[in-house]
Amino acid sequence: MRGFIALLAGAVFGAGLAISDMNNPARVLGFLDLAGNWDPTLMFVMGGALLVALPLFQWALRKQNKPLLAKRFYLPLSVQIDKKLILGAVLFGIGWGLVGYCPGPAIASLAHGYLEVVLFITAMLVGAKFHQWQTRAR
Amino acid sequence: MLDFISQTHILLALLGGAFIGIASATLFLVNGRIAGICGMAFSLMATTFARNTWRILFLLGLVGGTFIYHWLSGAPAAPAPDTQWWLLAVAGLLVGYGTSLGNGCTSGHGIAGLARLSPRSLVATLSFMAAAIVTVYITRHVIGVNA
Repeated sequence: MRGFIALLAGAVFGAGLAISDMNNPARVLGFLDLAGNWDPTLMFVMGGALLVALPLFQWALRKQNKPLLAKRFYLPLSVQIDKKLILGAVLFGIGWGLVGYCPGPAIASLAHGYLEVVLFITAMLVGAKFHQWQTRAR
Repeated sequence: MLDFISQTHILLALLGGAFIGIASATLFLVNGRIAGICGMAFSLMATTFARNTWRILFLLGLVGGTFIYHWLSGAPAAPAPDTQWWLLAVAGLLVGYGTSLGNGCTSGHGIAGLARLSPRSLVATLSFMAAAIVTVYITRHVIGVNA
């Protein structure tokens, strides 16, 4: 059942990315281009998502002891705002701004069968693997 | 400015956003899991296959959801990025390394994290937004590529 929920949530997420055109790197770059012909789409997408998610998450965290089908809420362990968090986010932002893909839309775009997407995702996995390997070596 | 953005377009953006919010909240409310897409993809490389069933299913759903939307609506597929292969590779490496180091991307920090009111996610979201905006400014308006 939890597997089915995950599949369903993934499908709704993927449909949302497609409906809002967030799988289109040109549109994402248009949002990030404040000095150019600015495209506000991404702002409405994030607004729409938070309008729904914020009350539901807050209700879950305040009024529910546990999720419907699991033992507990699996929250990230780290709460510290440190150099790693900010450096990681900045490096991610540079990569995002270079092409217009973040991980979600890149993976969802596998649906279109572009070679560019396969190359981007392969590089993304290599980058993450390098970090995992670096952490383990330390 | 804003000349190519129609009202329909804004409504579709809000609707698509609501879909994303519902998906993220459902995964949290029912399974107790954060819908962080980079984290899911990278977990597949770090732990055993059996413990990752839900992550694999979510990611399959993600691709399937996009596919089904285009199939049902007849909307044309989003175009591929219009850029050089080496730039795709560099960008991919940065996105992969950065989201692994910073523990999250747009979905994990930007949606689920902000919905949890996590200060960490707010800092991360502001940082990657700012870095991306500066990057686009430099590539498009200083160097003059990617425009």
